[in-house]
Amino acid sequence: MAGLAVKANVLWVFAAVCGALLCASAFSMWLARRDIGGGYGELRQRIRSWWFMVAAFAAALALHRNLTLVFFAFVSFLALKEYLSLIPTRRSDRRVLFWAYLTIPFQYLWIGMEWYGLFIIFLPVYAFLLLPLRMVLVGETAEFLRAAGTLHWGLMTTVFSISHVAFLLVLPVYRNPVAGGAGLVLFLVLLTEANDIAQYLWGKSLGRRRILPRVSPNKTWAGFLGGVGTTTVLAIGLAPYLTPLLPKYAALAGLLIGVAGFVGDVVISAVKRDIGVKDSGALIPGHGGILDRIDSLTYTAPLLFHYLRYLYF
Amino acid sequence: MIRLLRLLFFGLFARLLVLVVLGLNVRHRERLPATGPGILVGNHNSHLDTLVLITLLPLRLLPRIRPVAAADYFLAKRWLSWFAVNIIGIIPLERRPHVGEDALAPCAAALARGEILILYPEGTRGEPEQLGAFKSGIAHLAARHPEVPTVPVFMRGLGKALPKGEALLVPFFCDVFVGEPLRYEGHRRQYMADLQAAFESLVRESGGEKG
Repeated sequence: MAGLAVKANVLWVFAAVCGALLCASAFSMWLARRDIGGGYGELRQRIRSWWFMVAAFAAALALHRNLTLVFFAFVSFLALKEYLSLIPTRRSDRRVLFWAYLTIPFQYLWIGMEWYGLFIIFLPVYAFLLLPLRMVLVGETAEFLRAAGTLHWGLMTTVFSISHVAFLLVLPVYRNPVAGGAGLVLFLVLLTEANDIAQYLWGKSLGRRRILPRVSPNKTWAGFLGGVGTTTVLAIGLAPYLTPLLPKYAALAGLLIGVAGFVGDVVISAVKRDIGVKDSGALIPGHGGILDRIDSLTYTAPLLFHYLRYLYF
Repeated sequence: MIRLLRLLFFGLFARLLVLVVLGLNVRHRERLPATGPGILVGNHNSHLDTLVLITLLPLRLLPRIRPVAAADYFLAKRWLSWFAVNIIGIIPLERRPHVGEDALAPCAAALARGEILILYPEGTRGEPEQLGAFKSGIAHLAARHPEVPTVPVFMRGLGKALPKGEALLVPFFCDVFVGEPLRYEGHRRQYMADLQAAFESLVRESGGEKG
């Protein structure tokens, strides 16, 4: 398509997403008009926020590859900032935290350079080794292990994991002629978010037996299994338009996203419970913070990436 | 020309810094004054406090917003003084006035003109992320203009982002809690107690003083 950086299939899938959102908006308005007991304000807010997020994501993905990289770098920045604002940090580590933020432009620069070797070891090896060195140079040893450990955990989830979404974008197009790298990104993000929603809806309607009562009391077996099933079916349906996946591998990809998305969700829930907050922030009306929205993606992104890379790239 | 520079500084630079680099979570935004005159009272931990408080108000009110700042600090150097007076738009306050001198006169005059003052009754930025004792100068000012509402604003996180004595800004989300407007009811002690109580309740709402 002229002027756009993506193949037509990506646009068709976005059109389908907008259709689904339109249905959701209409449904929430119908609920509000019937006004049974109220309490639908948050649902409407949630759907409104979805419109904004889909619009921003679609614009970033469709216009230019580098714009998409900047978009995900910004998501990493927001998520790391939210994480560092939540956890206790030592005042003496200010300069260390500054260096931690600086890893973000570099990590996404390696992606722009399509330098896989450095992309995959920059944070787990170099940042892991050098940030504690910077802490040692400051000289404060009280709470050292906690400070170094929590900082690295945050970098791995908010920067390393999320940057895998962006690396999908620069995988060679000829291996995915139907939709290119953008198709893979859309496949991952769409299925991860759909899985979240499906698990929520199945859990709300049929959920009874709790799956992890101490970590996340609202998660049920019905939600988990219904969500994984829905995501698997969606993956089989979408794969021919967005990915090179054969149906049996598409089913496995759906299963992977369903299970990994659930794990990412409950791991971030455990972190929030540890810190003592319900939401990670208030950035996205109706959803909470950015970490609340991308918690599943911190698990699905690296796992789907390596699954695809092993099979096709 | 200088008015345009001030508009650019707050309309672009300060908003980019406060909303993108830092990021605000504002509770009870509707309690902020919609027009002057008014007194915004903040806790003071960082130079960023003033940028955040000014960013909270709509840009159309910018010409009326006047932060009250220590003359001995902000007028000490030539460039800082130019920047503080013209761009930030401060009203310099003499922290140790001479006997017989009316240090609050410029503030009272600003309120009479319908301007919105930003005041930090702690008097200094102090220890990061800790609320210091309030000085009572603000009560003397409120007594002269009992019709002007005082809006308490508790900010948390800025003492981590840019504490006193540091030049390197590290991004952190800033939580802002706006309190109910309060008025001077005829007694300075009562006013100070009301203000103190308002901040204590905002601190409680924020879940404690330490982030």
